[in-house]
Amino acid sequence: MNPETHETHQTDPHESVYDGLLGGDDAHWAFGTDFEDPLAGVDTTLPAGADAHALARYCLMLGDDALVASHRLSEWCSNAPDLEDDIALANIALDLLGQARLLLARAAAADPEVVPALPEDSPVPPEDALAFFRDDLAFRNVRLVEIQNGDFGQTIARLLVLSTHRLALLERLRESTDPVLAAIAAKGVAEVTYHRDYAGRWFLTLAQGTEQSRTRVVAGLEVVLPHYDELFATHPVEATGAQQGWGVDPAALRAEVDVVLDQVLATSGVERPQAKQVGRVAGGAGRDGRHTEALSKLLAQMQSVARAHPRGQW
Amino acid sequence: MAATVTDPELPVLTLEDLGVLREVEVVDDGGVVVTITPTYSGCPAMAAMRDDLVRVLRAAGHDRVEVRTALHPAWSSDWISEAGRAKLRRHGISPPGARGPAAAGPVPLTLLPRQRAVACPRCEAVPAELVSEFGPTACTALYRCGACLEPFEHLKEI
Repeated sequence: MNPETHETHQTDPHESVYDGLLGGDDAHWAFGTDFEDPLAGVDTTLPAGADAHALARYCLMLGDDALVASHRLSEWCSNAPDLEDDIALANIALDLLGQARLLLARAAAADPEVVPALPEDSPVPPEDALAFFRDDLAFRNVRLVEIQNGDFGQTIARLLVLSTHRLALLERLRESTDPVLAAIAAKGVAEVTYHRDYAGRWFLTLAQGTEQSRTRVVAGLEVVLPHYDELFATHPVEATGAQQGWGVDPAALRAEVDVVLDQVLATSGVERPQAKQVGRVAGGAGRDGRHTEALSKLLAQMQSVARAHPRGQW
Repeated sequence: MAATVTDPELPVLTLEDLGVLREVEVVDDGGVVVTITPTYSGCPAMAAMRDDLVRVLRAAGHDRVEVRTALHPAWSSDWISEAGRAKLRRHGISPPGARGPAAAGPVPLTLLPRQRAVACPRCEAVPAELVSEFGPTACTALYRCGACLEPFEHLKEI
């Protein structure tokens, strides 16, 4: 089509940018009746020498971080302090959900054994099977992302720590020897940069706002920081990934995350609270499937519809 | 034909204007392979684009249509064509500024509102005031013109 043809209705003073959605093509409204593979047509061959099972489990770790964080942020829908922030939090949740889909699909493509078994005739695609049909013990997210939202101050404090950590991680993962992980990371860096700036600005605003807003954002930080050390504890799967070149050792992120966090805290005039770190449970943490009670409740809500209709078509 | 398919959320733009359409290839046996790239990881419009491409190409007589996703190199707002930018401006949406190649190494933290030279797409006045960094879709930010006071959407540099 010649671009000029779009200009023929320029003279209509009531025209809108969305006019093209109306009339003509009803197919626009029939969309969404089928599942779609987010990695359709992507070459998912593993890099030489990569341990497929470890790579799949690594993708579950990063994918679960994004999925659970996305669910928590989406709980703010229609509850945020004002409309702009309601939309902003939903935007951030959507970015993270997109990253989760790609990462869970990557996990399933690397090693189908990680995908829970469903009936033969189930139409559920692998990434949905991973999201909706795994129990809490099979989730590999860090515990930081699963704890309750608390108030807006606590949500901002968590998002600041999470996005600072995730940005430092994705920056390095752009160099992954797995081209799929490298591409997901390159895309994610641009998105998470926005998330971190949003959280950093709100942290500063709340800390320098009223006595009340400052008290609450600092109290939020005190709830979040006990989960800080877990972000940098190296799981054997992450060690394997770093050694084989397709993953990142989280211990290597600590210095950068500390610097950024201290920069926000210094600008905000907030001293970093001394936080006693939550311990490991039976020798493990979130990356080993050891979670807090909050995750079970979150999953009960997130998974109940899919589990009630395992053959459902959406 | 593939170049006529429009974006499901911004129907003034074609997928080609948007830089989402990477490649269209007619393979030996007459099938068509179309390669597209997502704008955002969570872009909910990807499935709609895929459906639209298949439908338009089938209607044009191509029975076998395959739509592939390319994740690399990642889409950037710099890929929106000049024609696309002109259409956006004409329809009251401020096009993204140049982002340039992604820098290696740590991304600098920005604690002040992002400084962009955003011009009002209606009266072309500068400056405009940032209302929200996140708009009704993940790809837009909300601004208000300093002169005519009209709010407008700005496609984010990403």
